Parts: sequence; C-alpha cells; structure tokens
Amino acid sequence: MCDYQKCKHWGGNQDYTSTRNKRKTHLCCDMAEVEDTLKRIQGYNGVIGSIVVNAEGIPIRTTLDNSTTVQYVGLLHQLTMKARSTIRDIDPQNDLTFLRIRSKKHEIMVAPDKEFLMIVIQSPTE
Amino acid sequence: MPPKRPKSKVIKEKEKKNETPDEGASESAHPEHIFPLVLTSVTQELFGCRADEDVTGENPFKLLRKEDIVQDMKTRAAVSDFSPVKHIVLEYPEDELLLVFDRDFTYGQCFYLVLTVEAKDNMMKSPAQADDDEEPMKDEEEHVMEPKTPESHPWISQGSEQEIEDESLTHARPRLRYKISPLMRHCGAPVCFSDGNDGYVECSSYEDKSFSITRMERDTSIQASRDTTHSSTQTLWKYPKNMCTQYEPREFSPEEKEHHLRSENLKNFITSVAIRFERSLQQNVISDVFCDDWTVLCEDDGVPTGKTETQLKEYQSFMDLHFSREKSISHVHWHPSISGVIAVAMTERLSLEERIDNSTKLLLNPSYILFWSFTDPINPQLQLECPEDVLCFQFCPSDPNIIAGGCINGQVVLWDISAHVERLQDTRSGGDNISNNLDKNDVIPVVRYCAVSGIENGHKAPVTDIQWLPETFELSRFGIPVENSSRVCVQMVTCALDCCVLFWDLRLPRAVSQSLTDVKQKSEEKPPENPHGVPNTFKHLNLTWKPFIRVSLPKIGSTGEYSPLKFSFRDNTVDYITGDKPPQDAEREEVCGFAQLRVPSAKQQKPLENISTKLYVGTEDGELVYTDWKMEKDNDSGRLFSAKPTHQFLAHHTLVNTVSRSPFFKDIILTVGSFGFAIWKEGVMSGPILMSACSKVMCTIGHWSLTRPALFFIGKKDGTIEVWDLLQNTHEPSQTQNISTASITCIRSSSACGKHHLLAVSDRIGTLHILQIPWTLRKSSNNEKKNVRKYFEKEEERLEYFEKRQIKHEKHKKEMEAEQLKKKTEPAVPLKPDEELEAEALKEYEQFLALEKIVLKNMGLLTDTIDQSDL
Repeated sequence: MCDYQKCKHWGGNQDYTSTRNKRKTHLCCDMAEVEDTLKRIQGYNGVIGSIVVNAEGIPIRTTLDNSTTVQYVGLLHQLTMKARSTIRDIDPQNDLTFLRIRSKKHEIMVAPDKEFLMIVIQSPTE
Repeated sequence: MPPKRPKSKVIKEKEKKNETPDEGASESAHPEHIFPLVLTSVTQELFGCRADEDVTGENPFKLLRKEDIVQDMKTRAAVSDFSPVKHIVLEYPEDELLLVFDRDFTYGQCFYLVLTVEAKDNMMKSPAQADDDEEPMKDEEEHVMEPKTPESHPWISQGSEQEIEDESLTHARPRLRYKISPLMRHCGAPVCFSDGNDGYVECSSYEDKSFSITRMERDTSIQASRDTTHSSTQTLWKYPKNMCTQYEPREFSPEEKEHHLRSENLKNFITSVAIRFERSLQQNVISDVFCDDWTVLCEDDGVPTGKTETQLKEYQSFMDLHFSREKSISHVHWHPSISGVIAVAMTERLSLEERIDNSTKLLLNPSYILFWSFTDPINPQLQLECPEDVLCFQFCPSDPNIIAGGCINGQVVLWDISAHVERLQDTRSGGDNISNNLDKNDVIPVVRYCAVSGIENGHKAPVTDIQWLPETFELSRFGIPVENSSRVCVQMVTCALDCCVLFWDLRLPRAVSQSLTDVKQKSEEKPPENPHGVPNTFKHLNLTWKPFIRVSLPKIGSTGEYSPLKFSFRDNTVDYITGDKPPQDAEREEVCGFAQLRVPSAKQQKPLENISTKLYVGTEDGELVYTDWKMEKDNDSGRLFSAKPTHQFLAHHTLVNTVSRSPFFKDIILTVGSFGFAIWKEGVMSGPILMSACSKVMCTIGHWSLTRPALFFIGKKDGTIEVWDLLQNTHEPSQTQNISTASITCIRSSSACGKHHLLAVSDRIGTLHILQIPWTLRKSSNNEKKNVRKYFEKEEERLEYFEKRQIKHEKHKKEMEAEQLKKKTEPAVPLKPDEELEAEALKEYEQFLALEKIVLKNMGLLTDTIDQSDL
C-alpha cells in the first residue's frame, strides 16, 4: 500500500520497514495500515468496540473505556484458552481460528493468534 | 464277656417292655419278669446251679424243670426258696424256667428267676446272638472303620420333652376376671379424704434370719459381644477470619503500547485476522440469524377476527338547541382528567361586517364554552361565559380547573371551574344520582370568567392560538428558560393576527408586590368581593394583566411582519406517550393560589439547558416561520427586541390553519393549509419532507393520531374526514368518511375515555360528533414508529440529495457558461491557404501508405510482385 518511493511521505529522513514481500513501506504508513484496518472494522454497522490484546492478556489497543476493556479481556482470554485447548485435545493437528459468542444483546468475536488476541463486539442492527 | 453286656440287655428289655417310664430309673428296681431269688447252697446242689461252679458269669443261665421246682416246693413247703414265686411257677406255661446267675447283684440277689416265657426266650437268644455278633464285631474293630454319613432318623424321645413341658407355663384353669366399680351414687359426690387405718393391715417385709431360701436355680442368658472401647479425639478449631486481597490489572505504559503497535507481528496478525472479522461482521449485518420470523410475523397481524371495520363509527353527537343554533364550534378540547367530558367553544358564524351590524344583538347573546358529558346528551353540564367569542382555549396541564381562552377582540380570558368539578365528576357515574341530576338539570351553572387581560396591553387582533408552557420550566424576562420552582404551569403563549406572539404569566411581577402602598392596602383590604360567584383565583390579574414578553415577527428579506395564525413550540418534557411523565400530583404541593405566587427574581432563577426556544409559526399568508423567542437587548437603546426569524418557507398559498407536532416525534410538524398539508422536520431548513398534492376540497384542520405514529386526520370543507396513513399511501388518504354537511372546524382525539378511543369532530353548524376510532386505526404495530422514522429519514435524505443536486446543477451550469464565455473570447484561428492544405493532406496520405506497407510486410501478407507493381 505504501509504495515507498511513490508514497507522499517520500523525501527526507524516512525510516522504513520491510514487509513479508520484501517491499519497503514507511514506518508511519505501516502504522497507518494497521490503524486503517482497525478503523475499518470499528466502522462496521453495529460494532460497539474492538480490543487488541497481547498473549498475556494485557490490552494493547482498545476503543472502549479502561474498566470495560479489562473486564472483557480477563474473561475472554480465559475462555479462548479453554476453547483452544478443547479443540486441540480433540485433534492435536487442529487449532482454533475464530470464536463467536452470540448473546441476546450482542455478538462477541474473538480471533486468537500465537502472540495476540483480537476482540470485536457487535450488536445486531435492529 | 464284658460286664457291659448284661446292662445293655437290661436296657433293651426295659425299652421293649416298659411303656411307662420309671421315674428316677434306679438300677436296683427289678422288672416284673425278673424275680431275684436267694438260693441256699442246698437248693443250689439240688438243682445243680451252684454259684461259680455250674453257673458262672459267662454262663449264667440254667434251665430248671418246673416239676422239680414244684416238687421242691412240696417237699420243703415254706422253707423252699421258691416259695415266693410258687404262684408264678404253677402258672408257668412251659416246663422249664430260666434261672440266671446274677453275679453282679444287679437285682439285689445272686440269682433271679425269669418269670415269663418271652423274657426267657429273649435271654436265651440274646447271649447267643451276642456271642454270634461278638465275633464279627471283633473282626470289624480290627479293620478301619468306614465313615458313614449319618442317616436321618426320626426323632426318638429320650424323655427330654417331659422336662420342657414341665418348665413351660400353661394355664391350669381359665383366667378369672373381676370388675370393681363404686356405686353410682358415689360418682360425682363430693369426696372427703381422711386418714384412716380401718380395715387396713400392714404387713411389711422383714428379714427373717431363721428362714432363708437359697436359690438353687437361676435363669441367665449370655450374649456374646465385641470388645468395646471408648476413645476420643480433638480437632483444631480454626477461627474463621475474613481476608481480602486487592489487585489491579496489568497494563502497558503508552510507550510499550506504541512499541507493540509498531511491531511486525502485530501487523501480520491484524491483516490475517481482519478478513475473518469482516466476514462475520458482514454476515451479521446482512441478516440476523437468530431472529424468529414466526413470532415476529404474528405481532403485526394483531387484528382479531370480527373487527374488520375500518370506518369511524358515530358514537354520540351533541347539539344544543339553545346555544348551538346558528353558531359554529371554533375549538374543542377534551377534559384532561375527567373522562367523558368535552368542552366546546361556540362562536357566531358572522363576518366582520355582519358583526358590526349586529353588534347590539351580539351583546345580548353572550357566547359560551359548553361542557358536554356523555351521560347527558341533551343538556350541557357547564357553561363558561366569555366576554366575546372565543376562538381557542386550553386546559391548564397542571391544574385542569384552570382554562385559558383567547377571544376575538384580542383579550385573553381565564376561568376557574374548581367549584363545579364535582358536578362534572358526578355526571360521570351516570345513573347513581338521578334525583340530584334532575334538580341540577334545570339550572345549568354558568361560570363567569375570572380574569381578562387588559385591552390596551394585549392583542389587537383576534387571538388565534393559545398554549400553556409546561410546568417544568418558565421563562425569564429575556425569554431564557429557567427552572420552574413552583411546579405548576404559570405561563402561556398566545398569538394573534396583529403579528406578535405574546407570553403571559399568571403571577404578579415582583415590582408590583414590593411597593409599600400595596402592602398596606392588602392588610387593610377586606377580602375582595365576589360578584357573580367568581372565584378569586385570578383577581390580581383582572383587567391589568399584561404580557411580559412580546415577540414580533418581522419578515425576512422584506419589510412588514408575519401574521401568525397557529404556532407550535417544542414540548420540552419527555415524550408523554412512551416516556416517563414528570411526577404529577404526587409531588406537587397544594397550589397556594396564583395570587400568592410571585415571579422570582432573575438572579435566583437557574437557566435550563436543553430547552429549545424555537417556535414554528404558521401565518396568514401560508408561510411557516421558524423563529426564536429569546429577546435580545439592543445595545443602543437598551430596549428588548426579538430576533428576526431564522427561516421561513412558503408552503401553502393560503392561510395555515394547523401547526401541530407529532406526539411521537418531537421534531415532526404537520401544517395544513387550504389545499393540502405538509410535514416538516425541525432542523431541515430546505423544505418540507412531505408535501401533499393539491386536493379538490379545501382542508380545514389537521390532527395527529395519539396512538399511531403514522396516522393523522384531515378535516375538509365539505364535512369529510380523511384518514392518512403514511405507511400505506402518501399520495392519497387511506380512508375518507363523511361526517357532516358543514365544514369541519376542529378534530381532537382522546384516549382517556376508558377503552373507547374517541375522536371529537366539530363542524360549522354547531354539532359536535363523537366518533369511535376502530381497532385498525388505533392499534399500532410494534415496528410502526421505527418504520415511520425511517420513512422520515428517507425523505430527509431525499431533500438533501435534491439540494446537493441543485448545487451541482448550478455549478455545472456556471461551468458551462464559463466555457461558453471562454469560447467566445478566444481569438479565431487564422485560415490556412488551400494549397498548403492540399500539400499537407498529400503528405499525410503518403505517410499512411508507407505505414500500411510496413504493417502488411510484418504480417507477411504482402508479396513482392504487388509491392513492385505499386511502386
């Protein structure tokens, strides 16, 4: 997306990072990409909040207030670990990719990873 | 032979012979067939049975001839040893008797005589048998004893059952029963207890040492049991204590967060995970999987079978012969608290010239506001006397006994009907007080007005609309809404055709109250007189009442002013259909009378936010004006003046007869002009959201339905009512119904009359029709409000779109014009001479031919011959 030399940030002292495909992108654009994706997800119809958490359960980035974030993270982290261990117990080759919890009022979606965890809460559009 | 042998023989004989057991079987007693004899040695020699010589222990038997014994007895007679058995011997059947040598003196003598033949036989046999048995027995004893399973034999009595029977208790005789009872005459008789030793002998026990019984036998029983031991243990009792821990979650510092956000891993994670999220989010947005369509479906279809009528049914109609003839009803209002009571304002159907002509007649016939009750369709319950024709009136929301009305001469009138409320309430119960009703029917109470405004300071044209301000706020002198501490409605707003909107306060202003003269006067004054039975509620206002804010409506963009007909301001209390109502009677203290209330000083009042001070005003010329009622101070003169209206729209081309807010949406306004209606949204300044087509018949009045958000009623000049349903059709009404022959002047609906939902429709000939709203028109579906809101939003968007398009069009137009202008102003290109043009054309053609050749050559289509021929 950045296209290092064609990007508007080109010129001057711009640090860059190299991506998987060995393309250079500016650091600020890198961040911007992440921000863009997060904003896009947040902007969906009905999304109440989104949280990015590291492997230990410490929130990195959130759109909700602190106490709510901490509560959600604490509970969902354990649940995700439990769900993942369940899947792996049944079949060690398998792994958890996505967890959706549907409740009366909204739906909580959790995507685990080796190092991070992302939580999105969406309420039905009615 | 073992010595046992004779005993066993003896026992056997005993068993066989003796039926009756001998008690205490002593061996010395001899059985009957044995007779112990003592034989002298002489006798022994005679019979050849000398002891230990002829007869021995082993061979004790000796058979003696009977004849010999008889002879012996004859010879020696009494001396004979056989003399005791003489009788038996003589009777003995056989010839030989057995004499047995009793070596062991078992029967007490050394010899015994066997007396019976059988015993003799037995004796003779048994030794022989014993001798026979002895040898095989001996043989057997030498061999190993074979174990034999004991065979079951029937029980053989050995005499033990005798003992048991002796031990048991049996009744020797049946039990005796005695019943002792005192004589009947002693029963219940008073009892006299006394000491007495009569007939009472006491024998106490004492120990007699000379006589003691020792117990020889005692019954005891023994049961085996385990060893028992006692043991105990003590546990530590831990005293319970409350403990607590305090913790807080771990968090990252902002720098760490930044660091993490920048990391490569996070980026990869987000990009890989975002796809999954988006898919799921999209799914949720598209359709709600968990919604149960079946249950949702049935909610919409709530019409019970049988009630398929959609027409407004006439319930009652009121027409008074005395007062309503040749009059038209200008305004109708339901009583807010008493159900079944409706108030109607009657006015003359005269134009201005006719009024002037008939002014004397009019003075004699005052106009009234009539109160009708459903229980009595013929006679009104109450009459309110008005100074002039009243064009509009309103019940005070906080106190339904106060009624404010606006007259045709510009005065504002106040009534207080608290004295007659009971009568109105009584009529509700109907047939209970028939007798009372008959008395009261003759005289309908007439209530005179409490107060009128001063003519100089009020309106100078007919008052066309009047409304009370809600009790939650009041206005200060500048028009700023402040908190209302008294919690009653104290202010009202009126508008008239003299181009101003006036704000009135029911309380006396502070300045007046503080003057000393007034105070003195008050203390000296007698209670003011009460002519005509008018209550003193508003005595302080009578004839001196003047408004405290005057809002003028100068025209935007031109001189002159708007002349308002109707107005509507935002009711800043919560939506009273669905939301919470402000606490009404419970919290409000007893109203201490408006005379005591004073306008609080401006410093004490706290300005309230969130209250919109904007007004929508419908004018005589068909415009809808949006203005603010706050007064601004002119810096130069220090006078207060009102701001210019912010917006005006020319919606209708004739006068606007209704400006009404929807009870469900605070920002939706319905305006009705003569040829149609328009729906506006507050905040949308470009135009109406919905405008109806021009109708053939003039519309006279419009009214929102109180129960269905999408429904409203339009009254027409020919006496029909149109029911418009926004969710069904917006280009035509969903229903039309003719109610009366004259034009409709007012429509009001009420839901306070129990289960009936009634619509009051008044017309120009003075009849008030009460119609019943059918189920379909009053039951709203669950989603109706939402749908209507969506509809309005859509319309709003449409308006916005049009605006944008218009802007775009204009821009485009401008651009077009600019281009055209530019073209015109560009210098003309000089024409080249023809030859040059030809030369240029030829050159181009040759270039083209060359290009063609190259292309064909490349494609391999060109042959050399053709190429050469061309050249």
